[in-house]
Amino acid sequence: MAATQKWVGQPLKRTEDPRLLVGDGVFIADQLFPNLHHAAILRSPHAHARIRSIDASAALRLPGVVGIVTGQDAAKMTRPFAVGVRAPVKYYCMAVDKVRFVGEPVAVVVATNRYLAEDALDLIQVDYEPLSAVVDPERALAADAPLLHEEVGSNLACHRHIVYGDPDAAFADAEVVISERFVFPKYGSTPIETYGVVASFDRTSDVLTIHANFMGPFILHPITARALNLPENKLRLVVPPDIGGSFGIKTGIFPYMSLVGLAAMKTGVTVKWIEDRREHLLASSSGTDRIAYRELAARRDGTILAMRTRWYDNVGGYIRTPEPGCSFRPIGNWFGAYRFQHLEADANVVMTNKSLTGPNRGYACGHLYFEIERMVDLLAEKIGMDPAEVRRRNFIQPGEFPYRTPSGGLYDSGDYPAAFEKALELADYAGLRRSQEQARADGRLFGVGLAVAVDPSVSNMGYITVALDPEIRGRPGYLPKSGALEAATVKVDPLGRIIGVLGSAPQGQGHRTVVAQIIADELGIAPDDITIVDEMDTFTRVWGISSGTYSSRFGSVGTSAAALAARRLRDKLVRFASYLMEVPPESVVWSEGGAHHANNGQVLTLKDLAGRAHWDVESIPPGMEAGLEATAVFAFPEAKAPDLQDRVNSSNTYGFIAEVMAVEIDPDTAAIKILKYVTVHDAGEIINPAIVEGQIYGGALHGLGGALYEELAYDEQGQALAGSFMDYLVPTAHEAVKIDIAHVVSPSPFTTLGAKGLGESSSMTVPAVLANAVTDALKPLGVHIRELPITPSRLWHLMESARSKR
Amino acid sequence: MKPPPFEYHDPKTVDETLAILGRYGGEARLLAGGQSLMALLNFRLASPAALVDLNPVPELSYIREEGGQLRFGAMTRQRQIEFSPLVASRLPLMIEATRMVGHLPTRTRGTIGGSIAHADPAAEYPALVTALDGEMVLRSASGTRVVKPADFFKGFFTTAIAPGEMLVEVRIPVTPAHSGWAFEEFSRRHGDFAIVEIVTMLTVDNGRCTRARVAASGVGGAPVRLRPVEEILERDGVGERAIGEASARAAELVDPTSDLHASADYRRHLTRVLTRRALTRAALQVRGNN
Amino acid sequence: MAEPRKVSFKINGAVREGTTEPRKLLVDFIRDDLGLTGTHIGCEHGICGACTILFNGEAARSCLMLAVQADGAEITTVEGLAAPDGTLHPLQQAFWEHHALQCGFCTPGMLMAACDLLRVNPSPTEEEIRTGLSAVLCRCTGYQGIVDAVKAAADRMRSSN
Ligand code: FES
Ligand code: FES
Repeated sequence: MAATQKWVGQPLKRTEDPRLLVGDGVFIADQLFPNLHHAAILRSPHAHARIRSIDASAALRLPGVVGIVTGQDAAKMTRPFAVGVRAPVKYYCMAVDKVRFVGEPVAVVVATNRYLAEDALDLIQVDYEPLSAVVDPERALAADAPLLHEEVGSNLACHRHIVYGDPDAAFADAEVVISERFVFPKYGSTPIETYGVVASFDRTSDVLTIHANFMGPFILHPITARALNLPENKLRLVVPPDIGGSFGIKTGIFPYMSLVGLAAMKTGVTVKWIEDRREHLLASSSGTDRIAYRELAARRDGTILAMRTRWYDNVGGYIRTPEPGCSFRPIGNWFGAYRFQHLEADANVVMTNKSLTGPNRGYACGHLYFEIERMVDLLAEKIGMDPAEVRRRNFIQPGEFPYRTPSGGLYDSGDYPAAFEKALELADYAGLRRSQEQARADGRLFGVGLAVAVDPSVSNMGYITVALDPEIRGRPGYLPKSGALEAATVKVDPLGRIIGVLGSAPQGQGHRTVVAQIIADELGIAPDDITIVDEMDTFTRVWGISSGTYSSRFGSVGTSAAALAARRLRDKLVRFASYLMEVPPESVVWSEGGAHHANNGQVLTLKDLAGRAHWDVESIPPGMEAGLEATAVFAFPEAKAPDLQDRVNSSNTYGFIAEVMAVEIDPDTAAIKILKYVTVHDAGEIINPAIVEGQIYGGALHGLGGALYEELAYDEQGQALAGSFMDYLVPTAHEAVKIDIAHVVSPSPFTTLGAKGLGESSSMTVPAVLANAVTDALKPLGVHIRELPITPSRLWHLMESARSKR
Repeated sequence: MKPPPFEYHDPKTVDETLAILGRYGGEARLLAGGQSLMALLNFRLASPAALVDLNPVPELSYIREEGGQLRFGAMTRQRQIEFSPLVASRLPLMIEATRMVGHLPTRTRGTIGGSIAHADPAAEYPALVTALDGEMVLRSASGTRVVKPADFFKGFFTTAIAPGEMLVEVRIPVTPAHSGWAFEEFSRRHGDFAIVEIVTMLTVDNGRCTRARVAASGVGGAPVRLRPVEEILERDGVGERAIGEASARAAELVDPTSDLHASADYRRHLTRVLTRRALTRAALQVRGNN
Repeated sequence: MAEPRKVSFKINGAVREGTTEPRKLLVDFIRDDLGLTGTHIGCEHGICGACTILFNGEAARSCLMLAVQADGAEITTVEGLAAPDGTLHPLQQAFWEHHALQCGFCTPGMLMAACDLLRVNPSPTEEEIRTGLSAVLCRCTGYQGIVDAVKAAADRMRSSN
């Protein structure tokens, strides 16, 4: 009995909005708590230094200060966090004996208000012995480089050399070989709401309750509990009703949950810490900066045969979970949209004196596609073929899905050629090329760029263990890691009203609206008649280590759970109704919010059934559980642990993106003007097109920020250069571009509604498409973009040196 | 990020203000629109013993025309200037410049005096007064002095304002007849301080450039008036050739530094490009106005 | 430590009073002392615009003002935008209809800046809207929904006048 889709697919206005529009949102900083005190954090001004001593006595004497936490407390009361690699990195929630990046927490003051807490920071004396620093991940591996972690013995946190197929043979056979070096910058999505944590410790139950604008993955709950020496059922983690954006960045809050938790345990008061923007830019989280070397082997007809790649991912002063996801999160889609079968990857995850990294919208995919798509364009240039044609010749074909990539990815569905052609058509690619010819004849720098990407969503937690050698994973007794699940509950109250319950920790994705649409269709009622509660509380919700709102999970796994729960409830309602009607369930049809007798027209509405079930429990048939509610936990069957050949289906649904961008470059100032930007997405079935469009716009602007404006830059000594929004340039409405958006729909066979995730979307393609467009525009000069962000100053230098060589 | 503790004073007159300043002997800071100082306080990069708030001093807020100049009380809001009919008619270049100062919500509080006294090397108003040869009126307990831009801007965030002294008025000559002008800036984002900016005002009488004013900022610690560039234009006119020569000269005259946003070479290059653009636009306008 | 001072101003139509240390930021006073948490903090250095309020009718950064400076002023925050009967302001309505918010954190500042923008320029072009809104950062929407919403609200406000 398939539900008719009346609401799914509609651009419904969001139910979340009215509260937010009138100022009634409840973000972490807005919440009130009893006995509230405020924390401020003293941070290292040094990139690398030994802490000889800390004297906090004057600060402690300041009226209003109730306690101070230093690394000695951390060493005594906490343990280092578990890390995802074998290297014995001791990462505590604050510096214990050494600081390893500018901004690392050194002390915490708890006081009656934030102003006083900051005053007290000025009174703490720290005696540092400065050490030399290193910020470049390649330099950090030199034998004479400053060593961050003595116990590790080198700055290499993780190294994996992985080979799929026979790249050596493919390279030996190649007619064309191309190689290039790329530099991808360190940037972060800097949500406008910063981190916030409120912690309180209940002495009688020994429960530490932490409120934090944390959005998962909830594997970090047990990791935090263990670091605090607490049993998992003594750490209650509660997410506030509203989170002001995350884009992956708020995963990095967990060390602060531990730090503020420690402060609450030590002082006995409720401690609130709201990160300020400077702290955020110095010490929250960002993507990695990466230096990558790539080689591509091809035939002269444009067929790609193989790639080789070696990269250095810079994770900063400590490798923090879920790193080294930076290297391995896209492992299943390392081959992009193409059919080649041979790949050699040499992943080096390096610690340097920069701030720590983690998921950032598009987690590692911006890096990946910048490299792959630049390589494809280089191939096109080398063999004198239109870059569109080169892509066409290499696409995985529509008949091949579900398609298993050599690295273990299982691309669920897609029609890459169709989406790609649609993008070309929408952009009038042929017309753009004609305009380009004209522009070049006039001496103008006009370029057209293309990029495609396989857009992975719903990470399979198992991918992270690729960081470990297969030899370790193969040992007896090794507990494999896998999975991606989400839970939802749908229940009927005594008057027949529907409540949907999620624990998804959204940050603006409109989960309540979307789930109401889904349940409305499944139960044949209107979304307005449904109340959705979305609350994450580890003590009350069903959750797993993969739970949370990250890696674009909700669009596929969360919606699947909601639809399943609603279906389960509907089945129960039908069985209940058939019992009351005294007919077999097959004779009852559910529609328009009620059970219809197939023959005599008798109807039992939701209200009727709820009334019976709640007020007359005796009417429930024998064998049927009382209570009208259903919980479904949806887990992907294909989320398996990596095999011993390092093959893993690292995500669970794989969308597709095809983009065309036209730019013109001012030959005098090197300013880049985007003239046209087309993006075509295939995210399977679309539940709310307005929300989808919003995600695409937002994602694209993150990509644009990374490609042109944003960089967490450091000088050679490890001093951070972008400590404010004056220097860290977030694009404004003025820099944002208009986008022509279109869709192709290849429903996922693996999700309940055929939908796929799309939250990271064009953040992963814009760096690539922009670099290709700019390179194309500068073809008359022979400038190649290898490094981002493309600032006017950098670009002008590239153009100048090209001009001087002519 | 919260400000450190300070004493707070809200005098109602300039005399009162000066008296308070005198009491603190250099340890107090004047708070104008707060668009820079408040941020510095929040970052705790400034920690004065006292803040003397100029917002309650009505006598510091005015725009009037006198002696061929527009005279602005130091506390005149940038927003007031932006929407002032007097400025629009007597010095439209200043409207163009004002629209590039931050954003409308920062211009609500931001003042001309605050911007000039803060002396950010890439700010718009310092460049404007430098180009147009304006004047800064400083008052202290011992009297009043009038300072020219070249003597006023001393380098990065440094001015000629002495301890115990305050900026009370900014004077800028009104637009001469037969003039064209332009304010060209290049910044990475809208509303940011410029990487480089060029301000120019050209007066052309009977086909002769009788008076050229050109200044650059963002190219060193303080805005610079480019007198040799002006001389080229006054000698050779404002044709394409002269503008080309003048722009090349401009690039030679500046001595920029490198930072996160741009290299010194790029800034020098931009000086040339923007000077050419500014002069071309101003020359075109003056032709239209004549 | 400086003496606490009395401050009194009108906010969203009601007179509110309090006592505060002179260094307290206006935004903290509004949020913590008055409990009006709709005004947000995103940077405390004047760039993000999340704290934008109407100060005597004009948009201003409340993180760059001291609470004591508001004495005698008239302030409007996002809580005061809708009509007393709860009818949304045309900008709020248009934001809702054009999906101009995702997380909603920038939204209060964005609305207040847009209010001011439309007051000084009731029929802005798209370019003027973009320039005007560049005063407030949003990381979720890519701004397109916001630009569309402001355009729609401008049309509606003009036609109802
Ligand atoms: S918090 Fe005031 S502008 Fe960002
Ligand atoms: S809606 Fe999230 S920052 Fe604008």
